[in-house]
Amino acid sequence: MGLVSAASPVEAEPDLTPDEITFLAKPWVTIVWNDPVNLMSYVTFVFQKYFGYDKAKAEKLMLEVHNDGRSVVSTGSREEMERDVQAMHEYGLWATMEKAS
Amino acid sequence: MSGFVRHRKSGRVIAEFSGFEAELLRSLAGQLVELLRNEAAEPRDDRDPFEAMMDFSGPESAPEDPVLQRLFPTAYRDDEHAAAEFRRFTEGSLRDGKARAACCIIDTLEEAGLPPELTEDGLHFDVELDEPTAETWLRSFTDLRLALATRLGIEEGDEDYWATLPDDDPEAQAHDIYEWVGYLQETLVQALTD
Repeated sequence: MGLVSAASPVEAEPDLTPDEITFLAKPWVTIVWNDPVNLMSYVTFVFQKYFGYDKAKAEKLMLEVHNDGRSVVSTGSREEMERDVQAMHEYGLWATMEKAS
Repeated sequence: MSGFVRHRKSGRVIAEFSGFEAELLRSLAGQLVELLRNEAAEPRDDRDPFEAMMDFSGPESAPEDPVLQRLFPTAYRDDEHAAAEFRRFTEGSLRDGKARAACCIIDTLEEAGLPPELTEDGLHFDVELDEPTAETWLRSFTDLRLALATRLGIEEGDEDYWATLPDDDPEAQAHDIYEWVGYLQETLVQALTD
């Protein structure tokens, strides 16, 4: 599966600790939005299947989508989030991505 | 029709379909395939013809049909350029995947006993799915439900409205089909997660 925008490599500065590097390299999130169509059971299934979340976490995220209208379902690099958003669209979920606030 | 159940020994999921139900599902899946293949990547006419011919990437702007807009949402809400790039690189393969999944439903139904043209009254047969095929069906059920819901204008909490329509209203009949595919999908998720 070919993907997407030109990679924007994060140039780690040599004096950063590994934690800081991870933080800098992960400024993007995938958001799933509520829609009146998708079944709660199906959304939970997708979160378990695709992200490998356990049932409790998948249900918590599904309920956030359902009750709050949206939920951040994954965090990572821009390339990783483009992969996740595309996968959510494959599953028919309404997903977008943005920089983590 | 009693929905999908998991067969304990083989691990496969099974549902019994009447010929009428199978025919209905085949027709819905066929219409989705047609929609996915019809309004394809729109050509851009502002370019050198040779360059345009050599470009096999996808469209940059959202499709016009509301069903397709829902199936291929805009990935970046506040960045038009990034959204166009994302669409260019993903919409083609998403379309192909969704069309393949709908074709998988048609093929499986025909292998299970749905004739090319349904003439026999009282036809019933079992449809058995292994796990990968069941997951393909599950995804395509979502696409079908999104398509029907978009055409019907389904909104959150509108159950009362649909319940008040007379049975012979065409919208009510389409809504019944939407509910039926939802029921199939619900039992399929349950069968896969049991």
